[in-house]
Parts: sequence; structure tokens; C-alpha cells
Amino acid sequence: MTGVSTLLESLGTRGYTHAVIAFLDVEGYPLSVATGFTVDAERGAVLLDPVAGEAVGPPLGSQVNVVFSHIRPQPGIGYDERRYVSLWGTLRRSDGKLELIPERIQHWDEQEMSFFEFSERGVPQAHRYMERVSRELGRPVRPSLSAGWLFLRATRLPFLSATFVPVSLGVAVAALHGQWHWWLAILTLIAAASVHLGLNIGNDVFDTLSGADQANVTPTQFSGGSRVILYGLLSLRQMVLMMVGFYAVAIGLGLFLAAYTAFWPVFWLGVAGVFVSIFYTAPPFRFVHRGIGELMVALGFGPIMTMGAYYVQAQKWSWEAFYVSLPVALLIALVLYVNEVPDRPGDGAAGKRTLPVRLSKEAVIAAYVGAVAVAFGLIAGGAIAGVIVRPAILAVLAAPLAMQVHRGLRDHYDSPYQLMPFMGKGVQLHMATGLLLLVGYVIAIVASHVSGHPPVIFR
Amino acid sequence: MGALPEPIEELLETALVGELTVIDDRGRPVTHPLIPLYDGERIYMTSSVLFSRKLEHIKSNPRVSVSISDPNAVSVGRFRRATIQGDATVDDTDLHAGWERVLPIWRKKEPAIDFFLGKRVALPLFFERGVIEIVPRRAFLWEDGDTSRPPEVFELVEASR
Repeated sequence: MTGVSTLLESLGTRGYTHAVIAFLDVEGYPLSVATGFTVDAERGAVLLDPVAGEAVGPPLGSQVNVVFSHIRPQPGIGYDERRYVSLWGTLRRSDGKLELIPERIQHWDEQEMSFFEFSERGVPQAHRYMERVSRELGRPVRPSLSAGWLFLRATRLPFLSATFVPVSLGVAVAALHGQWHWWLAILTLIAAASVHLGLNIGNDVFDTLSGADQANVTPTQFSGGSRVILYGLLSLRQMVLMMVGFYAVAIGLGLFLAAYTAFWPVFWLGVAGVFVSIFYTAPPFRFVHRGIGELMVALGFGPIMTMGAYYVQAQKWSWEAFYVSLPVALLIALVLYVNEVPDRPGDGAAGKRTLPVRLSKEAVIAAYVGAVAVAFGLIAGGAIAGVIVRPAILAVLAAPLAMQVHRGLRDHYDSPYQLMPFMGKGVQLHMATGLLLLVGYVIAIVASHVSGHPPVIFR
Repeated sequence: MGALPEPIEELLETALVGELTVIDDRGRPVTHPLIPLYDGERIYMTSSVLFSRKLEHIKSNPRVSVSISDPNAVSVGRFRRATIQGDATVDDTDLHAGWERVLPIWRKKEPAIDFFLGKRVALPLFFERGVIEIVPRRAFLWEDGDTSRPPEVFELVEASR
């Protein structure tokens, strides 16, 4: 059965109660009239009931548009289950009915294509229209958002949790080791956050230049970038300036922190962090295009941030800080990894060969399970062995979130908008695990202050 | 009484969806399901710039029709069907906020619009909208929604602002 006959057959099964025939009347006005219908899917024909009245009778032999529209009212809210099928062709009489064999078809069903994707596919038309209005009005017409929302959207500010967790852990490990300088902690956090925001903005800049964002028609709140350039909310130049601004703040603070400490260790960690973040999407390295973006994110949002925060506080290295950064690194890489799943078509088209682009569904899911197992194995093993503090084992309480993400990947791998809530669970998994590790360290710090030799379960 | 016969006004005031037919640049009818809004004189519909072909078509040819045909989309005591022909204009001088003038009547039909408007940051282009303003010129009314019988036809005097 062809796609057309399948679509026509669906007219009888998808809750369409009637057809609307639209045509031009003798005065050149459109006229639309509802009527009953049946479908002969094998012949690819729609049979419409005749309409009475000379003034409203659809013409034979002229182009008509026959539309089938469906919504389900939701009292007090609005409606859902939106779908329509629109057919064009000429009518002819057949056994007392009006027969239409469609020459052109347009349709949308929000259960097949989400409203977000449907909207995203309209972005080029939106730009054409705004350019036309700009010409008509003699002034530039662009979409807008309030400054606060625009900043939040352009920088993807809520994702700063990815920075807060590793920096706080580095500071906490140092505090446990007797080194605590609150103002250095704040400066470290600002510097790391600036690198992160520079990275987010740079990611948009370079994904726009490479065409990856334009090719992606299924963005979600966790994937597909901020899209502020694509939507015309900010220009490429404005985003580049913001990116440069954030990196300038990060580099300035980094140099200060380096100068305040033994210089070279913090300097090189800072260089590594900035290098990884810029060349995550920027040429010539484009780590994310080469399938090592996940690894670079793990390095940047794991050991580099945690070790850097520790060193600024303690001015020495710590295996414990390095070890505790590993599960955090794995989990942030997994956030990115899962968020790359719905971006596969656009990323692949733009030559962005992320791991989900390279691997099969089964391999992607298996690798996810394996990486989660390693992350929680490191936490449990480290806490039991005393490599990290014992109360940090609390972090395994977050593990059930990983099971939810796994279920989402398994059931909604090819459905970006159904996968979206599970992408959110991945973010929560990283945040919850990081915060519980932090709680573990706070418990250990408090215990060590209360008692010089706290019970083993508190240290 | 407003610009339209009372039974048609009743349909317009409750319908969650209607069919707007415009004429494309090749002279063919193109129908779009949209939520119709009515203020007692004119019919309003809004369109995001994302789906703005209809706005372009109206600018090229302002002749339109609006039908209220879906029994599931109206909540009235006695179901009827109606079609209104008219002349449309597009107000897109302020795509960002100009359409908010019809928000009060939109909100009455679709309270969820406030929820979506609160998420404007997530759907910025969806809320850049033009307003289609339709002056009715002729209306057709089918009692009981039965189009196998001829409609009652109303020639309308243009409503004054």
C-alpha cells in the first residue's frame, strides 16, 4: 500500500468527522463548506457527499482544497491531538458523490511530528517573512526576548550545575584537608563558570558556522544549542563578543589565581581548560566532530575543574581530589552523550561525528550502562576503600535516576521529544550525585571538627 | 447584536478551531485550521511568523473565508455550521507584542495560552505573530450542520469600527 493510500485510509480511522471543501466562488472569494466523506484508499480517492445550494456548490473541474481537521477539546485548558490533512485536486461526479483524487497533499499530526519539530521546520519561513516585513516597514524587524531571558537562553545558564559540582568538590576536599579560603573558592567558581559560559556560546557560534544547528530540526531544551543566532535573537557578532568577554573574565581571574598560588600548576590547568572548551567545537581540532567531545567534556568538567579548585585552595596536588572527580566526569560526559542522541541526524549531516552518530543504538545504550556502572563503582569502591570519605557513599542513592535514563534511551531512542524528560533525568543524575558527594564531604568535615578522631564511617 | 447573525456569533465565540481559506499566489484555495476570535464586529486570527505563508497570501489577495464546521470543537446548545466570507488585513507592524491586543478573547477560549506565553523563552518565534483581521461581507448558516440542505445566506453591511 502506498503512502498516499495509507494516509487516505487514516482519514477514516483518525477521528476526522467531516471534510471541508474550499473553492473560489464566482466573485473570486474563497468559500469553504463542510460535508461527509468516505475513502476509497485502493483507488486513492476521497468521495465527498454533495453540497446543496447553487451558491455553495463546489465546482467541477476547478482546483479545490479538501481539508480534514481534528482536535480534542480539553475543557478549561484548550485542546490537543491536533492533526490535519489537506488535499488539492479537481472534483468530478461519481455515483452521486464528488470524487477527488488528490494531486497534492500536505498533512501534519502532532502525534507523528511534535509541534516543536513542526515549528522548527518553519524557521526559514519566519526569516523570509520578517525580511519582507522589514522591507515593508522600512526598519529591521527581528524577534526579541527580554534581556534576562535572552541572557539565560544564549548562555544556557541553568547548565552551570555542571561547573558548580566539580569546583565545589575540589574545594570540599581541600577543606577536609584543612585548607579553606572562601574568597578563593568564589573566584575559582566565577572563573570556571566563565569558561563554561564561553564554551556554551562558542558551541553555538561554531555550530552555526558549521551548519550543525541549521541541520537540526529536533532541538530540545537539553540539545540543539541555544539557537539564538538561528532564530535571529542575537547576531553571530554579538555572540562572538559575548564569548570573548566570558573567556576574558576567565583568563583574567585564572591568571590572578595562578599568580596568587604557585603560578605554573594553576596556569597550565587553566590553559588546558580553556583549550579544551574552545576547541570542543572550534577548528582546527573540533573535538566533538572527531568523537572525542565526550572525553574532553569529562576532562574539563571533571579532573581539570576539581583539581584546579583543590590546588587554588591547598596549593598542592591530591589523589583524593582526582579520584572524586572521576565519577563526576563520567556522569557529565553521559549528560552530553545522551543529549547527543536526538541530535544525531543534524550532527551527522554537519560532519559532527559524535559517539551516538558513530555507534548503533544497542552500542550507545550498552556504553551508557557500562559508564554508569563504572561511575557508581568508583564511588562505592572509593568510599569503602577509604580513597574518598565514607559518607560519600550516599551518592549511590542517585543511581535509580540512571535506570530512568536507561529506560528512556531504550524506549524513546528515536523520539527526541519523548526522550527529552529522560535527558532531564540525566542532568539530575549528575547534579544529585555531585551534591550527595558534596554532602558526604560536608559530613566528614563537620565530624572531623566535632571530634579529632571521628568514627570510621564519618571519615 | 453584532456584525453577524446571532447563531453565527455563538459559533465564533465558542469554536476552538475554524478553517481559514486564503488564495495562494497561483490562485488556488489553501485552508488552514486556526482558532477564530470574535469581538462582535470582526473576526481575528493570529499566525506565527513560523507559519506565515497565509499572511503573505492575504497581503497579495485579501479575500478569505472562515468556516466553523467541527462539532467537537464548539460547545453550543444546538450545533450549526457556518461560513463567513470577508476581506482580511494583516497587522504585522509589531510582531512581538501587537497581537497581544487579542489576547483577552484568545484567553477565554484557550486558557492554556497563558502557560505557553510564560514559556516564551522556549518558543520565541512562535510568539512573533501577525494578526489577521477579517471584515465579514457574507455569511452562510446551515441549521443542524446539514450541508445537504441549502444554507441561509446573509449579506452583511460592513461593521463600523
